[in-house]
Amino acid sequence: MAGLHKSEFQNPVINWIDSRLPVFTMLQKEYGVFPTPRNFNYLWNFGALAMINLVIMIATGIFLAMNYTPHATMAFDSVERIMRDVNYGWLLRYVHMNGASMFFIVVYIHMFRGLYYGSYKTPRELLWILGVIILLLMMATAFMGYVLPWGQMSYWGATVITNLFSAFPIIGDSIVTWLWGGFSVDNPTLNRFFSLHYLLPFVLVGVVFLHIAALHITGSNNPLGIDVKGPQDTLPFHPYYTIKDSVGICVYLLVFACFVFFAPNYLGHPDNYIPANPLVTPAHIVPEWYFLPFYAILRSVPDKLGGVLLMFASIGVLALLPWLDTSPVRSARFRPIYRILFWVLAVACVVLGVCGAKPAEGIWVVLSRIATAYYFLHFLVILPVLGKFERTLPLPESISRAVLPTGGGGPLPGGAAAKPMEKA
Amino acid sequence: MADSAAAPHAAPNTGGAEVTKRDFLKLVTAAGAAVGVGAIVWPLVDSMNPAADVLALSSTTVDLAPVQVGQAITVMWRGKPVFVRHRSAEEIAKAKADDKGRLPDPMTDAARVKPGKEQWLIVVGICTHLGCVPIGNRSTEVRGEYGGWFCPCHGSHYDTSGRIRLGPAPANLAVPPYAFEGDTKIKIG
Repeated sequence: MAGLHKSEFQNPVINWIDSRLPVFTMLQKEYGVFPTPRNFNYLWNFGALAMINLVIMIATGIFLAMNYTPHATMAFDSVERIMRDVNYGWLLRYVHMNGASMFFIVVYIHMFRGLYYGSYKTPRELLWILGVIILLLMMATAFMGYVLPWGQMSYWGATVITNLFSAFPIIGDSIVTWLWGGFSVDNPTLNRFFSLHYLLPFVLVGVVFLHIAALHITGSNNPLGIDVKGPQDTLPFHPYYTIKDSVGICVYLLVFACFVFFAPNYLGHPDNYIPANPLVTPAHIVPEWYFLPFYAILRSVPDKLGGVLLMFASIGVLALLPWLDTSPVRSARFRPIYRILFWVLAVACVVLGVCGAKPAEGIWVVLSRIATAYYFLHFLVILPVLGKFERTLPLPESISRAVLPTGGGGPLPGGAAAKPMEKA
Repeated sequence: MADSAAAPHAAPNTGGAEVTKRDFLKLVTAAGAAVGVGAIVWPLVDSMNPAADVLALSSTTVDLAPVQVGQAITVMWRGKPVFVRHRSAEEIAKAKADDKGRLPDPMTDAARVKPGKEQWLIVVGICTHLGCVPIGNRSTEVRGEYGGWFCPCHGSHYDTSGRIRLGPAPANLAVPPYAFEGDTKIKIG
C-alpha cells in the first residue's frame, strides 16, 4: 500500500507499528547506529545527564504537587506535612530540592565543556542558542520553585527578584504590580508561580527536543574540535556511548545520593525553614548558590537599573558568543592563549559566586567588580580580538589519525578504512 | 496552497511589483487576525493584575494615641509594612536642617508630613532598592548613619525624614496617601 513505511524490523508487532509510525526506525537511526565521533571524553556525558535530571525533576515534581497546597497560609505547612506525614514525602522533596542543584551543576559543566571545545562555533550556533534558552527557562523555573515552600528566603527572594523589574523607567512599577497580582508578594503571586513552575518544565522538554534535533543535524563536536571526515572517525551511538553514558550516570547518581541522604540541606539556606513574614527581612538575603554569580554582577553596579541590565546582559552575551569568537579553531587544545583565558574566565565565575554569597561591602565589592569587568571583557573584547592574532597549533588530519594507535590505517576513505575501526 | 489555487486569478506574474486586490485582502486578513489575537490575549494578561478583592483591601485606620515620642509602630497596608514614627523635636530639627544637605532624591521635610503634624512621619517601610524592609523602627535597632532607617540587604541609609542618603536605593521611602481623621487617628489609603 502506498504511504506505508518499509520497516526492516523482523518482529511482526514492531513491524506493524513501525510501518505505520516509524518510531522504531527513528530510534534506531538517532540512537542506535547514529554515527558519533569516536574520541569523546567523559565531559560529553553531561548532555545525557542533564536529560536524566530533567526527567527526575518532572517525576518527583508531579508527585510533590499531589500533596502541596499553593496558598500563602498553607504552603509552608503542606511542605512540612510532605516531610513528616506523606509516605516517602521526605525522599521526594529532598530529591527534587537537591535535583535542582544537581541540574545546575550538570548544566554548568555542560556549558563550560562547550566553551572549552568551541562547541558553539559554526555550524552549531543555533544549537548553542537553544542551550542558552534552556538555561534561561531553567533559571525561571528554579526561581519560582524556590518560592513555593513559602519560607523567609522564598518570600524575600521573590520580593528582591521581582523588584528587579521596578528598575525599568516609567513602566517598571506597573510590571511589578502585574507580576505580583497585588501590591506586594502575596497569595496571588504564590498561585501564579505554582502554575508557571508546573508549566515551564514541559516547555523545557520542548526546547530540549529542538536542542537534540539540531544536534542530530550538525552532529556532535568532539575534543579535537575537527569535523568528522568519514566512517573511520565515528562509532555507532549504541553500544559505545550508551555504555559510556551509563558509567557517567552511575557516578552522577552516586553524588546525587550523597547529597540527598547525607547532606540534604547543605546547599539550602536554614532561614527558609522560617515561615514567610512580610514584616521582617532576614539580615542577609542570598539566592540559591547557582544564582550567586549573577547576583554578584547585579550588586557590583552602584546604579539600580545599570545592575539589572548588566545581569541580563551577562546571559545575553552568551547567545552572541558564536559571532564574538572569531577564531576558526574550535578546541582550546590547539589554542594556547585561549586555553589560559578559559581558566581565567572560570576563576572569574567562581570569584563572582563567592562574592555573591558575601555581604556587599569592603573587599567583596572590589573583587566582584574586577570579576564582572573580566567576564564582559573576555566575551566582548578578548575573544573577538584573540581570534585574529592567536597562533594556533596544527590541527590533526582526522579524528582517527589522532586517536587510533595504528594511526587510523592511513588516509584511505571508504571500505578499507572501515576495517581498522573494527580492530580498534 | 492558497497561492497556487489563486494563481490563475492573480495578475500575471510580472515580477511582483504590482499591487493586486489579493495583496490587499491578505493585508486586511492579517490585520484582522492581529486585532483578534490581541483581544483574546488581553483578558489573559489583565487577569494577572490585582483583582477586585485585592484592591478593596487598600485602606487601613490607625490609632496614634498609644505611640509615645521617639517610638515607631509598623502597620500593614496593602500587604506592605507602613512605618508610623512619632518624631522627637531634635529629629524634626535634624530633618529640616538636612533639607539643604546632599540628597539623592531632593525633597523637603515639610513636603513629607502634614502641616502642623510634623511629629508624625508616615512612610511605606519598603526599601526603594529591591523591596526589603529596613530596620530601625525599634529604637534598639541599627538606624544607619542618619538616624532614620537602615536596609540590611544592600546597605541603604535613610534619615529621620525617610529620605535616602547613602547606598544603592534610588528614591526616598514612599509617603502613602493618608489623612488625619481626628487628632490621633489616621486613615491610610
